[in-house]
Amino acid sequence: METKELLEILSNGNGVSGFEFNLKNEVINVFDRYADSVQVDKLGNIIAHKRGSGDGSVKILMAAHMDEIGFMVKDIDKKGFIHFTNIGGIDPRTILAQEVVIHGREEVPGVIGSKPPHLQDESEQEKSIKMEDMIIDTGYEKKDLDQLVSIGDSITVGRKMVSLLNSRVAGKAMDDRAGLAALFEAMKELQNINHYPDIYFVATIQEEVTMAGALTATYGINPDIGIAVDVGFGRTPELNSSNSIEMGKGPGITLGGNIHPGLRKRLVSVANDYNIPIQTDVRPGPTGTDARAMQITREGIPALVLSIPLRYMHTSVEVLDLKDVSHTAKLLAFFSASIKENEMEGLLCF
Amino acid sequence: MLLKELTEASGVSGNEKEVRDLIKSTLEGYVDHMKTDGIGNLIVYKKGSKPGGRKLMIAAHMDEVGLIVKDVDSSGLLKFMPVGGIDKRVLVSKAVKVGQQKLPGVIGAKPIHLQKRNEWSKVLDMDDLYIDIGASSKEEAEKQVSIGDYVAFDTPYMEMGNGTIKAKALDDRVGCSILIDLLKSDIDAEIYGAFTVMEEVGLVGAGPAAYQIKPDMAIVLEGTLCYEIEDLDSHEMPTLMGQGPAISLIDRTTVYDRSLRENVVRIAEENSIPYQYRKTSMGGNDSGKIHITGTGCATTGISVPTRYIHSPLSLISKSDYHNTFKLVEAIVKEFEKGAI
Repeated sequence: METKELLEILSNGNGVSGFEFNLKNEVINVFDRYADSVQVDKLGNIIAHKRGSGDGSVKILMAAHMDEIGFMVKDIDKKGFIHFTNIGGIDPRTILAQEVVIHGREEVPGVIGSKPPHLQDESEQEKSIKMEDMIIDTGYEKKDLDQLVSIGDSITVGRKMVSLLNSRVAGKAMDDRAGLAALFEAMKELQNINHYPDIYFVATIQEEVTMAGALTATYGINPDIGIAVDVGFGRTPELNSSNSIEMGKGPGITLGGNIHPGLRKRLVSVANDYNIPIQTDVRPGPTGTDARAMQITREGIPALVLSIPLRYMHTSVEVLDLKDVSHTAKLLAFFSASIKENEMEGLLCF
Repeated sequence: MLLKELTEASGVSGNEKEVRDLIKSTLEGYVDHMKTDGIGNLIVYKKGSKPGGRKLMIAAHMDEVGLIVKDVDSSGLLKFMPVGGIDKRVLVSKAVKVGQQKLPGVIGAKPIHLQKRNEWSKVLDMDDLYIDIGASSKEEAEKQVSIGDYVAFDTPYMEMGNGTIKAKALDDRVGCSILIDLLKSDIDAEIYGAFTVMEEVGLVGAGPAAYQIKPDMAIVLEGTLCYEIEDLDSHEMPTLMGQGPAISLIDRTTVYDRSLRENVVRIAEENSIPYQYRKTSMGGNDSGKIHITGTGCATTGISVPTRYIHSPLSLISKSDYHNTFKLVEAIVKEFEKGAI
């Protein structure tokens, strides 16, 4: 399966934080191709185990989160309009006149209604509409909708992946289905590369809200190294170069307190050895990724973060370059293969 | 359904070619004469079995609101202007199609993570927005896109809910579609059909269309304002979806002929067709030009209530579509009989 095809399945698929089970089968099917075993843990993390050439005593955990931001049904009013709230960080300005899908008893399409300009006065367009003042219109009356949708159902934006120029694509949940695609590609690469450590590829749940999945998966696996594969802010004119990374120039390798300096040094040298482009992403404190949870699990786990450049994060049109996914995957594979027997202690020495 | 093809075609005001070509090919063999006039209106004529009587013009506009590229910036992103009335707030986080080749693009926004506190409460201006086609440089973008390229929303047609249709540009492809259905039906009547251009940028096409036809009476078919989100009193809601065609009383461009309107209501009642009045004076349509062209003529505005017009998506009820068709058909028959 090509990365693009996989991303399309994953980004068009649905799994709002807490509702990742909607995406479970797609992820298991993908992991099953190259892993030695795949299991789902108590919270719903999907863990693929790929044995290395060693005795299994050195373990690397690579995580990408399978959840996406979305919404939840709060109420159905007498006119049959759905009132909703967000799950994860959503700018309310990005959802007006948006198509959505309500994951009720069946998938119910809807639209977030907007007021036609004809009925507005001039000043009205200068006011941003709050999410609580928006509604979803499904075209159903309340009595029919009540049979299909309940309070608490999850809602996703109804955006299908779009192919842009170059190798860029836009979709609603590239954060962090792009990371899942990179894990899959890395798994594929590692079919042909001898690697000493055992590797656990984990599709984590609820990164966007509580990082519950990364906490429990890391505890369960107890790895020597934890790597979060997530997305970073792709550069656009309104962002500073200091807090964004460029499209198509490889993953951002985070530098800062969340990152183990020895491991990062190794990661950078592997990238240089294999001519894999990388960028630097500076985050002084805990990152907004699964690595934040990994680092403080058990007695502390040395962590790394690789960020795939992504424009318009947390909108319905998140744009990435497929080249960056493949650079990330290669780096993950070669980094894992670089870890030899009996070198963990030295590598982790401060 | 033809409405799917009609709404998925791009026809931003001034760039109606794709819509016009589609209508032309659909009507081939169903009308006696078709011509595209000097400004792009498609004028069709169906003579019926008793031609040469009083002239009835039925108009629907082909164009839709959209965007036009005004610049390619140094990083290959496209800056744009609106074409027609668009609330800038509906543009954020949408997919679009750029130019003749329908190049896919997206309108993104700054990640919420990097926004200052409460930044999301400030509206993004049109000039802050841009279209990303995936180009990595200005040069690359300019190979694909030119200043002046039209941009349409990328919204697929879909049927949902209880007989609801979701699509872009239902204002006024729904009018085009009803007029096409009528011309393709076996109705025996003499009809001048006008598929007009540039209604959304100031009723540009309708005047010249009416000037050529010189109608004695005109029907303007529209997809009109329908807004039911807020808890408004019934008099504040322009139209209600599912309650039948909306008959115009007055808008910003026309005070509709009273006796014609009363005739339309009578016909609806005689034929048991549900109807409603369009209860707002906001907005306007091609009637504004048609009724004052030449020596003028009586016009009536009949519309399918359309929620969320002038945004990337809109909704209509299929029952309203069918009842609008039935009403227009009945009016044409009465006109043909000389009863109006």
